[in-house]
Amino acid sequence: MQSKISISNLDFYYGKTQALFDISMEIPERQVVAFIGPSGCGKSTFLRTLNRMNDTIPIARAEGVVKIDGENIYAPGTDVVALRRKVGMVFQKSNPFPKSIFENVAYGIRINGLHKNKADLQERVEKALRDAALLNEVKDRLNSSAFGLSGGQQQRLCIARALAVQPEVILMDEPASALDPIATQKIEELVVELKKQYSIVIVTHNMQQASRVSDKTAFFMLGKLIEFNPTQKMFTNPDERLTEDYITGRFG
Amino acid sequence: MSENNLQNHSRRKIISRIMTLLTAACTFFAIGILLLIISYIAVRGVSSLSLQFLIDTPKPVGEGGGIGNAILGSAIMTALAALIGLPLGIGAGIYLAEFGNGWFGKITRFVADTLIGVPSIIIGIFVYTLVVLPMGRQSGLAGGIALALIMIPIVARTTEEMIRLVPNSMREGALALGAPQWRVTMNIVLPAASTGIATGAMLAIARITGETAPLLFTALNSRFYNGYLDQPMASLTVQIFNYATGPFEVEHAMAWAATLILVGLILLINITVRFLTRKKF
Repeated sequence: MQSKISISNLDFYYGKTQALFDISMEIPERQVVAFIGPSGCGKSTFLRTLNRMNDTIPIARAEGVVKIDGENIYAPGTDVVALRRKVGMVFQKSNPFPKSIFENVAYGIRINGLHKNKADLQERVEKALRDAALLNEVKDRLNSSAFGLSGGQQQRLCIARALAVQPEVILMDEPASALDPIATQKIEELVVELKKQYSIVIVTHNMQQASRVSDKTAFFMLGKLIEFNPTQKMFTNPDERLTEDYITGRFG
Repeated sequence: MSENNLQNHSRRKIISRIMTLLTAACTFFAIGILLLIISYIAVRGVSSLSLQFLIDTPKPVGEGGGIGNAILGSAIMTALAALIGLPLGIGAGIYLAEFGNGWFGKITRFVADTLIGVPSIIIGIFVYTLVVLPMGRQSGLAGGIALALIMIPIVARTTEEMIRLVPNSMREGALALGAPQWRVTMNIVLPAASTGIATGAMLAIARITGETAPLLFTALNSRFYNGYLDQPMASLTVQIFNYATGPFEVEHAMAWAATLILVGLILLINITVRFLTRKKF
């Protein structure tokens, strides 16, 4: 299995506080990798190092190597804007722009100049919405406000928005934590569907969700990677005692 | 025990009722003062109002006269001030909100806050030495600059506050799509904050429309219709001051009428901007 992202000896600091300790792992192409662990264990921080979203926090600092397709994204002179185009992100709380449904999806296409003409733009927006399993529900009101959608629909809109710029990796930070079971199920089905085309990393607090959608699971605690194994093994016969204790609910 | 609960419950309800009434009373008091002022001005001013009054220039006592040139002068100087002050103020506000976390931002913020607190007559004297003395006479240009100087810090700080209200998750959403910082600011943050920024701009315009002191030094006054920026220029506020301090009853009546117009104009600015910036999404 070819690896899409290769992380070696990554340390991460918020000011003087170290949040991640010497993390090394390989994230495979076109599979779903789930990050689990108790709150504050650094899994979201780690996820955000993969598209350098932590750059927006002035006191944050990363040391180590993160290679995507063999290129170190922390090398000086890296084009962060191009990196983020390649590595899309879906956030915990859906964050649609104060624009219409159509313009939300079109935004990324426009700023990256991906479309040839108006018809092409229309086509790309509809394809992204279809891929995010949202088109049928919104096709009659593409020009109405994105804030009129339900929570689950807003989250799928954000997924469509991320898909529209044709990324290669999609990072999802607890994408279903604020959704009801039915909306969650839709997102999970979508994740399984999307891994045919994309490499996906998903942070989740929901152990069942990790076991349902992911191929490999990583367990974090106190900023350290405790165990990283195929999901099947992780949930039946983990190598580490800590992992077993966490998964069986003995703490956390 | 249940009786005790019941007692607590009714006690709580009474306190809640009293507090609601108290806050409602405060609201009525605050709004009441505004209504009182407006209605008093309306009653005193409406008798001298006529179309002629709105068009005429000031004339010697007994021959009528009006505030046409004063309205024009106020409009020109306010427009000039907005033209200078809004871009500078909004630009500074954007800088403070999006990039102003260092020492430079802190100093700028402090200076802006201090400038807001500076009495407007001091701004007038400052512009007097800076513009009026070199030019050799008072002018509409100097008046507009003085008003702009009053406007800039107000607009900058309200713009900053409004931009800071835009949730960070929205910025991150755009950054995650590969949007460069300036595009995030231009097409996500600014539109999201536009209503608030427009409200701040409107309040600043309303504030300078009512300024008198800085214009006394800078624009002075004029008895004629005058569109030249290098000439002394009339303004509603200074004209009100002149009419109100005059010895004759007819002048006082005209001062009330002009006041009514001024308040009406400020109200009109408020309503227009509210209408234009209704939330679309």
